Amino acid sequence: MAVTNLKCRECGEAYELTAQYVCHKCFGPLEAAYDHSTLGSDPSELKRRIQSGPQNIWRYVDFLPLEQGQPGPSARQLSRVGLPAGCTPLVKADRLAERLGLGEVWVKNDAHNPTHSFKDRVVAVAAARARELGFDTLACASTGNLANAVAAAAAALGMPSYVFIPADLEEQKVLFTGVYGTNLVKVNGNYDDVNRLCTEVSGERESWAFVNVNMRPYYAEGSKTLAYEIAEQLGFRTPDRVVAPIASGSLYTKLAKGFDEWRALGLADGDAPVMNGAQALGCSPVATAFEAGTDVCRPVKPDTIAKSLAIGNPADGPYAVELANRSGGSIDSVTDDEIRDGIRLLAETTGIFTETAGGVTTATLAKLAERGDIGRDERVVLVITGDGLKTLDVVRGTFEAHEIEPRFDAFESALGVTA
Amino acid sequence: MAVKVKLPTQLRANAGGASEVSVDGATVGEALEGLYAQHPELRERLADGDGGLRRFVNVYVDGEDVRFGDGLDTAVKDGAEVQILPAVAGG
Repeated sequence: MAVTNLKCRECGEAYELTAQYVCHKCFGPLEAAYDHSTLGSDPSELKRRIQSGPQNIWRYVDFLPLEQGQPGPSARQLSRVGLPAGCTPLVKADRLAERLGLGEVWVKNDAHNPTHSFKDRVVAVAAARARELGFDTLACASTGNLANAVAAAAAALGMPSYVFIPADLEEQKVLFTGVYGTNLVKVNGNYDDVNRLCTEVSGERESWAFVNVNMRPYYAEGSKTLAYEIAEQLGFRTPDRVVAPIASGSLYTKLAKGFDEWRALGLADGDAPVMNGAQALGCSPVATAFEAGTDVCRPVKPDTIAKSLAIGNPADGPYAVELANRSGGSIDSVTDDEIRDGIRLLAETTGIFTETAGGVTTATLAKLAERGDIGRDERVVLVITGDGLKTLDVVRGTFEAHEIEPRFDAFESALGVTA
Repeated sequence: MAVKVKLPTQLRANAGGASEVSVDGATVGEALEGLYAQHPELRERLADGDGGLRRFVNVYVDGEDVRFGDGLDTAVKDGAEVQILPAVAGG
């Protein structure tokens, strides 16, 4: 295995690979560190090993913070437990590109995961590491998609689970969680209240693996697999630009880490992509900080239909701002009406129905295109993180249906079509 | 004002194992100074060099992030609960 230790992102202090997430010296977040030289120096050999792996994220186990799982065909062992995630479609979206006046757009459709969002990736890694460390229970604080993923993974692994959500979450996400037999805790408050409670609970329940609290350094690494897949699906090349949503900023920053690792190893050709982050105007602390030219993200009280992105106090916000600046990108925000239009635009041009977070991302792509930020020669990847079936309320009443008697003339007159 | 400061598990080793510390203070800043007076090692963990808090330290008064108030100048009432937690989020 290439992972060596956990390291503080602020002061560099190193820690063993246990369930801790905070630097004891400076309170900074811990991140997994690797020594990739253990993987050899031949990119072709590494590519062969990846390609002989299973059709899920475990083909990338070399680059994940786990002890188990040998690379190549034997990574299939990992696929036999839990809910393997990943290997989702990368779809060439020519009609979307044409509508926006762009040259080349691809949609990474991560709604194609076991519980229909990218969260299955991070949960698969966190749950695998939790088992290695001997935890008996899975838990999380969630804005919805993570709730689905943790409840389902726990069911598949036969582990008890506790899922904490804001009480006002979309009904579809609540039902999609409860059905797995988890202990569902609806907290009267917003996500930041839920998160604060879970940070406290996590300290008092030492046998619980809170995937996004004490397991966070492992959990967050799972998002890198999205970058690996995009690169592999483009023929081991990086795209020129990536547009991705920002809630806490974890996915956005880990996408860049994934591309950077593969470029350094010679696994992906091309430059580091320009990274564009997308937030909803009603919860845009990172976009606000970016615009103000600071990395200090002042917390906000979220008020947006994009509930899966409604984190008012984004822990990785400073790193997201740094990445946007470093990569030559930006972090933009869009209104609730633009989010609805974004959902519609993606659906009408690609056949992909995304939830509100995907509406945010698509609307941001449209905004960048309109502003002239994207060159005609650029290869752009739009990261769609979740399924429209989870946020059905926002499309209700946005189209017309024709209700008719079962007669041919009624059909012709209602639709105004005659031969 | 008597104020209760709740410590996260990561800081308790620097406070003789205590999970709560009683201090006096009329603002969050004064309450934290009271905390540092009792447990000097905590200052280095929580405070930056300029009199502020390190950027991954979150402080709440009765459940409300002090950044929605006046930061370290946020007033605390008698019997208030000041909670210190590491910044961590993503769901």
